[in-house]
This record gives sequence, C-alpha cells and structure tokens, in this order.
Amino acid sequence: MNAVTQKEKLTAKDFATDQEVRWCPGCGDYAILKAMQKAMADMGQSTEDNVFVSGIGCAARFPYYMATYGFHTIHGRAPAFATGIKLANPDLNVWVVGGDGDMLSIGANHLMHVLRRNVDLQVLLFNNEIYGLTKGQYSPTSREGTKSPSTPLGSVDRPIDACTYALGAGATFIARGIDSQQKHLPGIFQAASEHKGASFVEVLQNCIVYNDGVFNEFTDRDVAADRQVHVEAGKPLIYGADGNKGIRLNLKTLSLEEVVVGENGVTEADLLVHDPSNHTLAGMLAAMNGRDLPVALGVLYCSREDTYEAAVHDQINAAKSSAKITNFNDLLRTGHTWVAGG
Amino acid sequence: MTVATLQEAPPKRLELESAVVRFAGDSGDGMQLTGGQFTQATALAGNDLATFPDFPAEIRAPVGTTFGVSAFQINFGARDIRTSGDAFDCLVAMNPAALKVELKGLRPGGLLIIDTGSFNDRNLKKAGYDSNPLDDNALAAYQVVTIDISALTMEAVKDSGLSKKDALRCKNMWTLGYVYWLFGRDRTPTVEGLRAKFAKKPEIAEANIAALNAGHALGETSEVDFPGYHVPQAEIQPGLYRTVTGAEALAYGLAVGASLAEIPMFFGSYPITPASNLLHNLSRMKQFGVTTFQAEDEIAAACSAIGASYAGQLGVTSSSGPGVALKTEAIGLAIGVELPLIIVNVQRAGPSTGMPTKTEQSDLYQSVYGRNADSPVVVLAARSPGDCFEVAIEACRIATQFMTPVYLLSDGYIGNASEPWLIPDVDTYEHFPVKFHTETEGFHPFLRNPETLARAWAKPGTPGLEHRIGGIEKDYNSGHISYTPENHQKMTETRHQKIANVAKTIPDQDVEVGETSGKLAVVGWGSTFGPVSRAVQNLRDEGLDVSHIHIRHIWPLPSNLGELLSGYEKVLVPEMNTGQLLTVLRAEYLIPAKGLNKVAGQPFKIAEVEAAIRDELES
Repeated sequence: MNAVTQKEKLTAKDFATDQEVRWCPGCGDYAILKAMQKAMADMGQSTEDNVFVSGIGCAARFPYYMATYGFHTIHGRAPAFATGIKLANPDLNVWVVGGDGDMLSIGANHLMHVLRRNVDLQVLLFNNEIYGLTKGQYSPTSREGTKSPSTPLGSVDRPIDACTYALGAGATFIARGIDSQQKHLPGIFQAASEHKGASFVEVLQNCIVYNDGVFNEFTDRDVAADRQVHVEAGKPLIYGADGNKGIRLNLKTLSLEEVVVGENGVTEADLLVHDPSNHTLAGMLAAMNGRDLPVALGVLYCSREDTYEAAVHDQINAAKSSAKITNFNDLLRTGHTWVAGG
Repeated sequence: MTVATLQEAPPKRLELESAVVRFAGDSGDGMQLTGGQFTQATALAGNDLATFPDFPAEIRAPVGTTFGVSAFQINFGARDIRTSGDAFDCLVAMNPAALKVELKGLRPGGLLIIDTGSFNDRNLKKAGYDSNPLDDNALAAYQVVTIDISALTMEAVKDSGLSKKDALRCKNMWTLGYVYWLFGRDRTPTVEGLRAKFAKKPEIAEANIAALNAGHALGETSEVDFPGYHVPQAEIQPGLYRTVTGAEALAYGLAVGASLAEIPMFFGSYPITPASNLLHNLSRMKQFGVTTFQAEDEIAAACSAIGASYAGQLGVTSSSGPGVALKTEAIGLAIGVELPLIIVNVQRAGPSTGMPTKTEQSDLYQSVYGRNADSPVVVLAARSPGDCFEVAIEACRIATQFMTPVYLLSDGYIGNASEPWLIPDVDTYEHFPVKFHTETEGFHPFLRNPETLARAWAKPGTPGLEHRIGGIEKDYNSGHISYTPENHQKMTETRHQKIANVAKTIPDQDVEVGETSGKLAVVGWGSTFGPVSRAVQNLRDEGLDVSHIHIRHIWPLPSNLGELLSGYEKVLVPEMNTGQLLTVLRAEYLIPAKGLNKVAGQPFKIAEVEAAIRDELES
C-alpha cells in the first residue's frame, strides 16, 4: 500500500463525493449509499484502495457518489471490467454495482462467470423488479403479470430469483438485504468485503416511481416481523412479532415449513439452525420469497474457496520462477535459427 | 542454434531462380506438418521463402472429400521472395480430391507428384471423378510422376512393428523425403526433429525416419526423366534468422511493446479463427508478466482488458471481424474514458461468419469508422508475419502515449503464414515508459498533456487521486459529468484532435519501390504487400513508370500522404475487399484513385496485380 503515515480513521462522510446525488426523491438507492458509506467507515477502509465498477441503470450511478475510485462502464458488463481490474491489481477492493436489469438480463452471462470463477470482489445487485432508467419496463425479476409500458397486458415471462441464480452459478458468498434496513445493511456489506472470493449481495430496493411498494408484503411495518427471517450462523431460524415463529425442515416433503414454537408440540430444538456453509440449506433459504414463507435476510451462504486472481498470479509467479527463458532476446532465439549471409 | 551447412548441388540438377511447391492431401494426411518441415529445410538451405497454409474450416471433414483438402504452399528462391507464389511449379497430390481441387493452380508443364495408392474407385468417386484422370488425357499438360506412395511407405516401415494404420500415417514423411531429394534438401534437421518430437515413442520416430529416407532414396535411385532441381541461395541481409508466423511475431511484439512501455500486459481474448493463435502464443509467455484471460465472450474479453488498463496495465484484446463487432461498444467506452487498449483484428472473409479460414482485408471500415458517434481511434496494419512485431510495438507506443485504443489489423494470411525473420535485438529498441500521474495538486482525470492532448493516467490505489470515470460526457475542466452543449462540442473536437496529433509522431509515408512522383502509384496496405511489391518491381524492370506505396498507419494517415499521392497521374489501390482504403483516400484527398479488388478468400496473385497495372497505364 501507499500509506506511509498512520492515517486517521475515515468517517462515513469522507466516502461521499461533492457531486449532487441525482436519484428520484425517495429512491431506495439513497439508503443503500448511506449504508455503504457507513460500512466503509466501520471497516476502516481507505478511499484510494476501493474501486466501484458499475454498468448502466439508476443503480449504476453509484460510483459517482463514492469518494473512491470508480468506473461507470457499459450495460451489463461491469463484472468483466471488474475482473480485469482485480487481475491487474489484486490489492484493490473491488465492488460491482448494478440493478436487476443490468445484471440479470444483458449481464447475466458475465455475472455467472465472475461468480463461478470466484474472483475476489463484491457484486451488489439492487433488485427493484423493474427497469428504472429506461422508464418502467418489466425486468427479469418482475413477477408474472407485471403491467409495464412494454407489457400493457401483463408480462408473461417467468421471473428469475437472484440469489438462487447466484448459488447455481457457484457463488461462494450470498447475502440478501433490504434498502431501508440501515441496521443490517452495513454489516452485510462488511461481511461481503471480508469474504475472500466473489460475494453476491442482493439488496431489495424500492423504486418509488415505477414499482413502488413491490416488496410491501414483507416490508410493511405491520407485517415485517412475521414475513422476514434474519439468518445468523449458529442461530435457529426464528422470527415473528412474538418471536415464536420458526422454520423447520419437513422430512417427508424435503421442504421448509413455517411452525410456531409452543404449538403442536413444536420446540425451539425442532427448528433449523443456520449454517452458512450448508449449500442445500442456502438454496432453500434463497427460494423463500416472503409469501408462503418469510424472506430470508443476511448471509445465506458462505464457503471458503481459492480465489481466481490468486490462482492466476500463482501461475504467473510459478512461470517466472521456473522459466528457463526469461529475457526477450533469448525467447526470440528459441527453436530453429540459422545464420544467413555475411 | 543451427548453422546451415550447404552442400554443393550436383551439377546435373536443373537450376531455378525460384520455385512454388504445394503439398495437398486429406486433412488427416499431415500436409501442414510436411510443409512446415520443408520450410525449415529450405530456410536452412539459404533460400528466401514465404508460405501459405490453406486448410479447411472443418475440424475433420469426411476423409477423401474435396472440402477436406488441406494444402501447404511454399515459394522459395535465390531472390527476395515476397509472396507465397502464383502458379505452382510442383504439386503433390496425396489423393484424388487434392488433385481435383488443386490441379488448376499448377502451371502448364509443372511437376505433378501423385500417390497412385490412393487413386482407387472409392476415392475417385468421393472426389467427383467419373473416370481415373491417370488413365485418360487429363494430365497431358504436366510432367506426371506417379508413385504408389502408400505401398512404398508400408514397405519402408514394415519392420517398425506399427499397426497398418499407424504405418500408413508415415506416408507424408515418405513424400517429404522424395521432395527433399527433388530440391536437394538436407534431411538431418528433420531426422533430429522427429527424434525429439517422438522421444517417448521411438518406434514412431524411427518409422517416420525410415519413410523419409525411403522417399529420398527413391528419388536418388530411380531413372526418371528429370534430375531434380537446384535453387541457389538468396542474397539476404546477413544475420541470425528464424521462421516466424504472424501470430508469433504479434505475441512477441505486444509483450516487448508492453515492456518498452514499462508496464505489465493484460490480454483478454475469446477463441475465434484465425485469431486464436495469438491467445495460444501469449498464454505461454507468463514468465514475462503477461496475464492472459480467456473470457466468457468477446465482450468480456474487451471489457476485462479495459479494466486492466484502468488499473494501470496495458490492456490488449484480440479477435477476428465478427468478434470485433461485439467488442465495439466497449471500444467506444475506451475512447470516451481515454484509456489505452490494443484491439488486434486478424481479419477473415465475411460478412458474419463468412469463410473463417480464408483471408480478407474487409474490416478497414469497421476499424476506422465502425462505432457509434464521433469516436476516432488509431488504426495500424501489418504487412507480413515479421512486420507484426514492429507494428505491435508501435501500437503499444501510441496506445500508452496517447491514452487511446489502437486497432492493429492483421489477417488470416499473415497470421498463419511464416517467413524467415531477421531476429531483432530487443535491447536496441527505444523505451517509451508510462508515467502514471501522482501529483494531487489541481488533479482531475481529464487533465491533458498540452502537446499530445493525452489525459492523465492515475492508477486506482494512488492516494489523493480518487476519481470516477465513465461513458457519460465529462466536463473539460473538471472531469465531472457534463451535458453542456459547448462542452460536448469541445470534448468531441479534443478527442478528434488527439488522434490527429498521432500523425505528428509517425514517420512520413515513404515510397517502397519507385519514384516519388510519376504516372502511377500503386497504394497498398496489409498483407497485399508481397504481390504488390513484386508486381511493381517486375514492371519497373520492364521500364514501366509505376511506384509502390504501402501504408502502415491507416488512421491517422501520414501527414505527407496527400501531397505525395498528388504527384502521380494515377493511383491504383489493390485490396482484398471492395474498395475500403480506396474510399478513405478519395474522401481524404479528393483524388480519382481506382481500386483493384479481390474478395475470393485467397491472396492476390502477382500476375493479377501486374495485369491491372498494365491496364491502368495503358488506359
């Protein structure tokens, strides 16, 4: 690193730029930005070693508002740019920011590959189930029947679930948060940053203009406690306004079910205990959508695997230390050569 | 290093100034290997040479069919060789399909060597022959040598213990041995090469060597009507040589260029014919700090390279035309954020998939003009395999000094062909070190070098220079997002001027052959160099007033080019497209240049260029 003197710990404000933030008033992105700036300060991060890379969309304006390095690129391709950045300089802490349209439509291919390669960076997908910047068309996460300018009769596409997709692509870290939850979001970002490998974070984000209230069925104050479960490693999957609801595995159907502790002989011991290294459990948690079962929030999955950039650099270093030919003049003279003329 | 030991040719041999030999057979017959070995032996014998591997697009086309014919052509001589040759002096046809496809290229009176062992009813039928051409008058115009190579190979390797199938695979080496005799080649390097290649399977090496020797022996002992040929050594610039393909020279040039810029090179690519060889070559150069990344698609390949450039490395991406089309949006971003990027385009015949293994020069428009909006870039073109090295270094220089994407145009012909290469001394090349911006005072990311107009390159990780860039228009004075009309005008003009400024750092356009004014200038670019320069030289030898100009810097064009061209009464532009450089020259200089256009997937023949020059001079 470049620091030669002990620097003062930065505050959340130090991560804000002098640029006027231009999201719609009430946009969930403001809260996410605030949470990120807080997370940066909490982690004791520097501004110079962090890079935010984004594609196109409302969410993709994020880098302009972080006083770090930033690269606003092209639609859907931020993971590919980020891969090049991380390979070129593994010391950088690289964040990828995009929306559901950006990363699950045009960029789904790159998202898949950055996750399966396990490049050590953080992918933040702000999911509002709608295209904001292009004015309200349905997105790959929009529910069937979504009425939009391009689907006046309702969409007939089947939606994709972001976390399930990430898990299928081989992500080694998957977390989910909600824009308005300032208590949880900075911690999720911090956990993602600390994870060695590709971290995937879905932030459920409200688009006040084109899809207002899309998550109300589990975010409204009067239902939130009963429709959200905040998962924590080693803790039972327990939630509810009265703190007595829980998630149990039904062994007959191999599916999760909601139970009430104290009813029908159910005790806390019957509930599933969260283990972020359990891939099967992560899949089941990711699929919970807040309707039949509560939506799962927090770190759903975390598994330690070798990172891509480390493997690439190991190969380069091994080649450097074992190569017989290490200068260009020798390289150009390998193989069959002959002297002519003279 | 091997120093050639040259034996005096027996006096009875016929002396030729140059010869064109084409080996043709089924895809599985090993013709590329045979041609490669012959090339090496020919280089060691002191001839100048040029080669042209011509193989089918199919991985393994059905055996014996005309679309499965794989050929390797070599032109070698006692003089400077600039093309892989027009008509063949000698054609080796390993099966009827090869004869069917290739015979039209053999000059009348040329030597035709045929493996009769493969001329059975089944193969004749597959090749589309109604009757056996060996039995009718079809080959009367040629000197025909019919040998049952298959049978003689089996005989030669019968003690090797190989299966019949493996034994028969040695027939290319038998053929090579025979052609070695024909041209008085030394077998030693090939024998050594076979022993090294099959060190773990000595029985295969020995069988191949036995076949090679048997083919050679047949030539020496048989009482045929001709004594073989002798092609004397060429007068070539003294020095240490090797053969090099365009893909190899490009890989070396890019890595050397990055080292001269004193930054690591990052190569993001996605496999595509005929560009993949560059990826293969660079991925073996990790000890030089080259990072290679095989991306999930063309777009990711370009984007990863731009990401690496952003982080302070020299990003390079490569493809062929259809892949470059996919990269276009990313290249536009690199233009907008003003980062170095080299885009290697190994052009092939199109449009779309076109003919992947066949060559063309039709991506000039794509390079010079092919993006949305006003988005100028630098375009360079290599003229030959060895020239790829120099052009790659030039691309690295311009990309880093001007903070711009640079297209480097190669093509399928240059990429695959090989030529003798006077190995350069890398230590003699001038460095052009990148100076990353570190001064925090008054910094913004679009601060410009007043001379070049290149912007400051500040690496992420540098304290105090934190900044954000992106495709959205930037304010000239602060680098922040700006939609101001005047600012966009100014930024667009600045980007344009920056690329125009590149012309101040490139050499004036010279005249390759001929005078700096006169009746006719033939203006070429890229791989047409060989046939154009040979054709012009031939006609100048006849006393015709014609000159050859070959352009390396396609965009921006050399500053003196307009004036130079205005000194000729006529300008002829031969291209393997329908007139792309022609359009640029006419647009830039308002000159009545004419095109000579060939889009056949094959390089120009010298005779075609000669004929066009004569027409132009006479009209």
